[in-house]
Formats: sequence, structure tokens, C-alpha cells
Amino acid sequence: MTQGALIKVGMADLQVTSGGGVLKTTGLGSCVGVTLYDPKTKTAGMAHIMLPDSSIAREGVLNKAKYADTAIPEMVEQMVRLGASVPRMVAKLAGGAQMFAFNAVHDSMRIGPRNAEACKEQLMRLAIPVVAEDTGGSVGRTIEFYADRGLLVVRTVQQGVKEL
Amino acid sequence: MTNRFHEFAEFELDVLKEVGNIGAGNAATALSRLLDKPVDMHVPLVNLLPFEDIIEVLGGAEQIVVAIYLRVTGDTPGNMFLILSQPSAKRLLRGLTGVEEESEQPFTDMEMSALCEIGNILAGSYLSSLADFTRLSLSPTVPSVALDMLGAVISSGLVQYGVMGDKALFIDTKFFEGDDEVEGHVFLVPDPDSFGKLFRALGVPLE
Repeated sequence: MTQGALIKVGMADLQVTSGGGVLKTTGLGSCVGVTLYDPKTKTAGMAHIMLPDSSIAREGVLNKAKYADTAIPEMVEQMVRLGASVPRMVAKLAGGAQMFAFNAVHDSMRIGPRNAEACKEQLMRLAIPVVAEDTGGSVGRTIEFYADRGLLVVRTVQQGVKEL
Repeated sequence: MTNRFHEFAEFELDVLKEVGNIGAGNAATALSRLLDKPVDMHVPLVNLLPFEDIIEVLGGAEQIVVAIYLRVTGDTPGNMFLILSQPSAKRLLRGLTGVEEESEQPFTDMEMSALCEIGNILAGSYLSSLADFTRLSLSPTVPSVALDMLGAVISSGLVQYGVMGDKALFIDTKFFEGDDEVEGHVFLVPDPDSFGKLFRALGVPLE
């Protein structure tokens, strides 16, 4: 069985592929892993999104892959360049957890749910349906996306493996 | 608010290393009292590191660790973590209570709560010594504990840096008990806006 190459997606990073392979990102906590897939051309993309909105950026050169509002349009654009069609695209999401339960929660620790929400807003704006998600809670997730069949595998420490 | 987010000068890193030394030294002393055994520590690693490198230094994104997190409030806010491997956490609990572990894992609620308290004591002594030295007001929030992938637990503490770039200031100290039975990391990630005050309090002239 050939799965093709393993394509690693780092933190605040995005990768696309049209030649099969497995996109993987590890240790999603409050970050959200967004995958897009065009089943006809088997074009796939994965982004490891850290923050909801680039308007808060204070960095010199903007890392588009870091923010939901820039990463998702950028990923769509890169996939279209590889031959994907936006109306055929479907999205799957994982992550956006709140890793530490607090009584007096510091604002930044609520970032997980906000990230997931921001990703969904972007996808809705682009009319890309979210066909599956495993978001929220307080667990870390490692995800793999199989570009040959559009399968998202979510691994957690306490809750085992899910296939979406 | 000081926004001087560039590479640090060598002497500034030395000053921050001293911060790690003072804090972690006292935390190690506190741990040594708890365990009634000598606890040693390495020279702190202090640098502005890419997120991925911080996670690598601590053992890799997928390593399953016990992480105790506290938010530091006061004059120079930041995030503080105590990271232990699972075997180290078990040994630490055994050393503390003298009770032989019955099951391998997962940890019972009582054990998680005890680990939280250990984090509280270590962070408390780290911060109070730092506060004494700098005359800054620093206090920890109630700690919170998680058993999960390293990448997942750490990244939430680096989010403040996300808006500034892809690096964070990491003041890390590795500590280990005499027989190498318990080892872990205690580290501080001051908020980006805290550098200025921290340097001023330590007598570093700012341009």
C-alpha cells in the first residue's frame, strides 16, 4: 500500500498537495488544523492556524498561515493553482481546544474556541462546507490527512483515534 | 509599553539567564525540601527561539507530558510551565508521599491535584525570589494541570507571541534529582510587553 510522501505541516504553516501523500501536523492544542479537499482532482491542503484574526498582528512580515482570515484564503488560492475548484472543496477541522481549565481564565487561554469559530466564518464566507469536525474540549490532537481519499485521522492521548 | 522585539544583545541574555538562575535555583531548593533529596539544575537556557525549537528542546510535539501551567500576573505578566515526563511525575509523587504506585497510568484525580500543588510550590518559590530580587510585584494564578501532547500544552502559552512573530523568549531550566529519577523543566515565558520592565528592574539601561 502506498500512501505517498508524508508532508509535515509545522505550527503556523500551511501545505498543499495534488500528488497524493499524507499531510500531518502534530500537537494541536488551541490551534486549529483546517483541511480542504477537492475530491475530483484529489487536491488537498492543511493549515495549522494559531490565531483568529490578522488585524492583531504586530509582526513585520505577516505569516499568512498563522491567522484564520489569511490562511484559509491563501490555502484556497494555492489549491486552485494546483487545479482544484472552490465549489467542489470540502473542509474538515480539528483542534481549538482549551488545554487548561481555569476558573479565572486568562483571555489568551480561550483562544481555542475563538480560533475554531474564526475558521468556520472564513469557510462560510467562501461557501466551503464543513463536512466533519473534532473541535473544542481540552485535549491535544495530532492529525493526518490522506490526500488519496480525503480521510482525516485525529489522534488524542486520552480518547484514542477518530476517523473523519 | 516597550516593543523592542528584535534579537537580544549578549549581555541582555546574560541578565535573563540570571533571572532563570535565581528563580529556578529557589524552585530547586523548594523541590529538594519536598523530596528530602538533593535536586540539581542545569545552567538556564535563555533565548529568543522559534516555537518549533522550543518544543524540540522540551522533547518534541508528540511526547506525552504532565504540564502544570500558571499565569504570572503583576508588573511583568507572563506564562509559566512545569513540564515532567510521565515516569518522572510518578516518581515525584512516590517520593513525596512514600506510597508505591498501584497502577501505571493514567493519573488519579488525587495525583493530578498533588502535581498541581507541586507546580504551585515550585512556581511560587521561583516567582517570589525573582520578585524579591527585582522588587517587581509578581504573583502566580491558581495552577492548572494537563496530561497531553507537549505541542498542544505549550502552544497555548506561546499565543501571546504569535502576533509578534514566530519566536518567543524562553527562560528554561532543566532540573534533576540526584539519582536522575525525576527530571523536568521549569520555564518562564514573559509576555512580549514585559521585557522593558524586567530589564529596567534588573538595572539594564534601555536606549
